[in-house]
Amino acid sequence: MRGMRILATLLVKEFKQIFRNRTMLPIIFIVPVVQMILLTYAASLEMKDIKMAVVDQDYSQASRLLTSRFQGSPYIEINLNTTDYQEAVRELTRDRVDVILLMPNDFEKNLYLEQESDLQLVVNAINATEAGLINSYCTRILNDYNNQLRSDWFGLEGSGRIKSLEVIPRFWYNALFDYKIYMFSGILVIIVTLIGMLLTALNLVREKEMGTTEQINVTPIRKYQFLMAKLIPFMVIALFELAFGLVIGRLLFGLPIEGSVGLLFLFTCIYLFVVLGIGLFLSTISNTQQQLMFLAFFFMITFMLMSGVFTPTDSMPTWAQKINVINPVAYFMNVIRRILLKGSAFRDISREFYSLLIYATLILTLAITNYRKTT
Amino acid sequence: MNRFFGFVKKEFQHIFRDVRTVVILFGLPIVMIVLFGFVVTTEIRDVKVGIWDRSMDPTTIRATQKIFSSGYFVPAGYLHSEEEIGALFRNGNAKVVVIFEEDFEKNLVRENRAAIHLITDASDANSAQISLNYLQGVLMTYFKSLNPDTELPWTIHMISRMFYNEELKGVYMFVPGLMALILMLISALMTSVTITREKEFGTMELLLASPLKPREIILGKVMPYVLLSFVNAVTIILLGFLVFNVPVVGSIWLLMLECMLYITLALSLGVLISTSARTQQMAMFMSMLGLMLPTILLSGFIFPIDNMPRILQWLSAIMPARWFIVVVKNIMLKGTGFAFIWKETLILLGMTLLFILASVKRFKIRLN
Repeated sequence: MRGMRILATLLVKEFKQIFRNRTMLPIIFIVPVVQMILLTYAASLEMKDIKMAVVDQDYSQASRLLTSRFQGSPYIEINLNTTDYQEAVRELTRDRVDVILLMPNDFEKNLYLEQESDLQLVVNAINATEAGLINSYCTRILNDYNNQLRSDWFGLEGSGRIKSLEVIPRFWYNALFDYKIYMFSGILVIIVTLIGMLLTALNLVREKEMGTTEQINVTPIRKYQFLMAKLIPFMVIALFELAFGLVIGRLLFGLPIEGSVGLLFLFTCIYLFVVLGIGLFLSTISNTQQQLMFLAFFFMITFMLMSGVFTPTDSMPTWAQKINVINPVAYFMNVIRRILLKGSAFRDISREFYSLLIYATLILTLAITNYRKTT
Repeated sequence: MNRFFGFVKKEFQHIFRDVRTVVILFGLPIVMIVLFGFVVTTEIRDVKVGIWDRSMDPTTIRATQKIFSSGYFVPAGYLHSEEEIGALFRNGNAKVVVIFEEDFEKNLVRENRAAIHLITDASDANSAQISLNYLQGVLMTYFKSLNPDTELPWTIHMISRMFYNEELKGVYMFVPGLMALILMLISALMTSVTITREKEFGTMELLLASPLKPREIILGKVMPYVLLSFVNAVTIILLGFLVFNVPVVGSIWLLMLECMLYITLALSLGVLISTSARTQQMAMFMSMLGLMLPTILLSGFIFPIDNMPRILQWLSAIMPARWFIVVVKNIMLKGTGFAFIWKETLILLGMTLLFILASVKRFKIRLN
């Protein structure tokens, strides 16, 4: 009973201290909101307008029709119409166009006489992903055009005899390819992690640097009471951040919440034990805030990039997937998206749940033992 | 002059005494380039595919084999009902499910057309589309090989050429961005924190009271980071070249010169931050939130600027990294000369002068 009272008093003290700090408040309340909104809009891999230069050296009916096909696409904006290939290349070098469509001067003639004809697509491929998407998008437009050409100009003769394969794609969970909701859920994970890990660790090291930890050590307060009083406030803040984020996502980006919110919060609690444990551990091995900042930055950026926030973890090399076993962010990233976007239930995520439970036990034990030694 | 070098030496010792920070300083570029080169790739590999073969005839079995021997896909299980698809997606065990319709082969032979349904988990929109494209490619190639002589008449072939990056390597995009990020991190963050630290601990007063001129103090503080940043820039270029074959097509000297300009810019920005931050923590948060995140997000490092909403595009124009990345891409990957980048260089130069002027104006000789 007495223990609980001490803990309660300590908690009151911690909360007061956090909310008194002027630099802390914007970091807890304003910065995450700005980040959630800004990042979600900025971090878009959705293709918008593809800027195209058309080099039509043929100027035939076929080439003009193809040009109008590209012009009609909502994703393509033709910025330059020329016959001079060199001019188009200069524009490509200056980044004013992303892709050049080159139709050589016997384009139509070859199509008639030789039954086949070549045209060239020159893509600025410095951004490989974008280049791949541009290429497949343009190919799709060309193929549509080609099929129509066959039936319009030459009739359907022949095509009935050819075995054709119908591929019917269907897209589940996100039929409109809204990249924002996917990104938003990822950013939410990063913010919850950042708040949990960084603030806990900074807070602890600050006490250490200023020498106030020593003062606590000579009072009858037990170690576990002290640590719990340090961890609980940030856990509460991180959970609050998650709830806050879900509301913002729901209102601004139409974030779907397919699964159970209760399950999500339960999982987040376990995850936060791991994250706070890591924060606590980092604080035990650094002496100054500067050291800690660098260590935390290093771990955060590595964990974040490997978590699959931008790119799927399945496509990572095997060694990276092995490292991901100890990357808590990867577990959470995966699970939050599954619960929110696909409505996964407990049995779908039980493996991740128990893994993190074991992880939490290990890291907290390690951090607490290590903590005792250093003070 | 001797006094000045003594001061610079002291600063170097300060930095190198803290082994852990030094390790991170030099290790960071290496780890980042490995991560970006190998891990953060949008190239797909080992996508988990579930198969629901409702026909089970020789053609569909062969098609399934073709899918898994392509190298991009691994089996995630064989399904027997519609409900199993949802379960497979929900526990994350599959990204795509391929459904061959009933009597697939029979339809193909008798009616000359047969259908395959590809159901993708599009919660990750981009990789869903990329996997789908690959899968379609594999299937089309296979079915084309079934009837080789029926080449369609009047076919237009698209010959694609990938300029500047023929093998479509993701790392080409990241090397310039990493340079911008790491140089900014080391130069601006570290300088702002060290100068503020002296202020916080009160040792700045001691330095100011010494015969050293304020100009020399700041220069001395900044000098070690010029060197550190430069070493890091060279490390990134070398690693990119040796590990990932990212070339330096243009003039290496021009590249180095531009790097120096950018480092100077970042350092003056760091000094400017330190003139307005009172505590280390404040300086850190200012550099982290004001510099790091925008440098990662708004500079075109990972996410193309063209895809952003207008407001963010305008915002990105005030990010030094944005212009530096254009310069590096031009010199390294496109091999263009100064004629193509004079505008960006001028902007960087202007920003540098602005930051230096502002910090000189704000720098106070007396602390209180």
